[in-house]
Amino acid sequence: MAATEGIKQHHSTWSPYDNNGGTCIAIAGSNYCVIAADTRMSTGYSILTRDYSKICNLADKCVMASSGFQADVKALQKNLSARHLIYQHQHNKQMSCPAMAQLLSNTLYYKRFFPYYSFNVLGGLDNEGKGCVFTYDAVGSYERVGYGAQGTGGTLMMPVLDNQLKSPSPLLLPAQDATTPLSESEAVDLVKDVFASAAERDIYTGDGLEIVVVNAEGVKREFLELRRD
Amino acid sequence: MLAAAQKDEKKDQALKNLVGHPQTGRDCPFTLLNSPISHTQYPYVTGTSVLGIKYKDGVLLASDMGGSYGSTLRYKSVQRLKPIGKHTLLGAGGEISDFQEIVRYLDELILYDNMWDDGNSLGPKEVHNYLNRLMYNRRNKFNPLWNTLVLGGVKNGQKYLGTVNMIGVHYEENHVATGFGNHLARPIFRDEWHEDMTFEEGVKLLEKCMLVLLYRDRSAVNKLQIAKITEEGATISEPYAIKTHWELEAFKNPATGAVGSW
Repeated sequence: MAATEGIKQHHSTWSPYDNNGGTCIAIAGSNYCVIAADTRMSTGYSILTRDYSKICNLADKCVMASSGFQADVKALQKNLSARHLIYQHQHNKQMSCPAMAQLLSNTLYYKRFFPYYSFNVLGGLDNEGKGCVFTYDAVGSYERVGYGAQGTGGTLMMPVLDNQLKSPSPLLLPAQDATTPLSESEAVDLVKDVFASAAERDIYTGDGLEIVVVNAEGVKREFLELRRD
Repeated sequence: MLAAAQKDEKKDQALKNLVGHPQTGRDCPFTLLNSPISHTQYPYVTGTSVLGIKYKDGVLLASDMGGSYGSTLRYKSVQRLKPIGKHTLLGAGGEISDFQEIVRYLDELILYDNMWDDGNSLGPKEVHNYLNRLMYNRRNKFNPLWNTLVLGGVKNGQKYLGTVNMIGVHYEENHVATGFGNHLARPIFRDEWHEDMTFEEGVKLLEKCMLVLLYRDRSAVNKLQIAKITEEGATISEPYAIKTHWELEAFKNPATGAVGSW
């Protein structure tokens, strides 16, 4: 074959991945769940758009926030939404948050050898109406936690959440229910604070903040400004 | 005892070009290792930036007519803006032949849509969604269409402007740009774009950005088109040039103060 001998090494090689940045978090309370993400989409050192939502309402009581490579995130959200629709047709009910959590994990692992470059946090209410948060890596390894942060500013936010949420330590044995004892408004205020802090130091986090609160009454959405630099 | 294999120089050299080799191969998952790639991994004839803005009556797109072959300006009459159906305009930067193929796909899509003859027609949102899927799926097969596309349109009074690139990253905005336009034009848009600009204001803004690109993007040519899409339909202007100014002192005597050939 002609390609094997003396081929000119013209390297304009492309990568199938890109990191479009951003941070997502979710916090579980006794009867609510807060899911939040910034609204900036970047590539390299450029900002592509300042009001881009990373949050997707997968089911009545289940919300996913994802950052990473936007095309993969969108494809993943579309995939899960479609699967949820089929579930509704087949079972005549909404998927529970823990069920969606498993589905997300399986969907991610399905592409274990060409991963979705998507860093997810899933939040919502479990079958008992208590807040639940699941945190993932790019290939589907997941765990139910009391709170989680993923994305470019995740490492900046996590220590603050560890300190401020007053949740029982995840290292305790026997394992204790890790939801925060904070009230819904206290948790939302904390979310605003951590995002403002992360926006100071993480170049990929900023522009706007979208907060979604899931509780027994339904799903509420709030939007506020962040630093635009 | 196993005999030691002879070092096969030819085979080693051949394998180096294959997918998965750490230094000289292509970056990809190991399921594609040891398989030679037979499709191109780099563009040949390319178009540079495309700009798009929403304005009062619809959307304006601008691009020049250059088709570069590496560093040579090979083609100077390439139409990089095309109308799609009744409601959309498509502009593309990147590989021109891939753009031509995309236009073929879209023409087929519009044709089949028209053949339903049901009074309904694909709007810009639908076309953008189709393109997103197309670009993403090609990227998944490691054989991308090497373009960044700008899609603008109006349907039922709703203005739409979006973009999608070769790996499937897409979004909608009030102003978009591809390639160099992202670095040079977007900041100007952010400063000067506002809701409900008139046609004249929109054209002035686009021309200002095209001028900056002309000065600073080496693959830009001074022959551009501006396309307009409104509820009434699409129009693409005749090619024209913009005035450039080279009377700056630094350009008059470039060698003054410079020692030697640098």
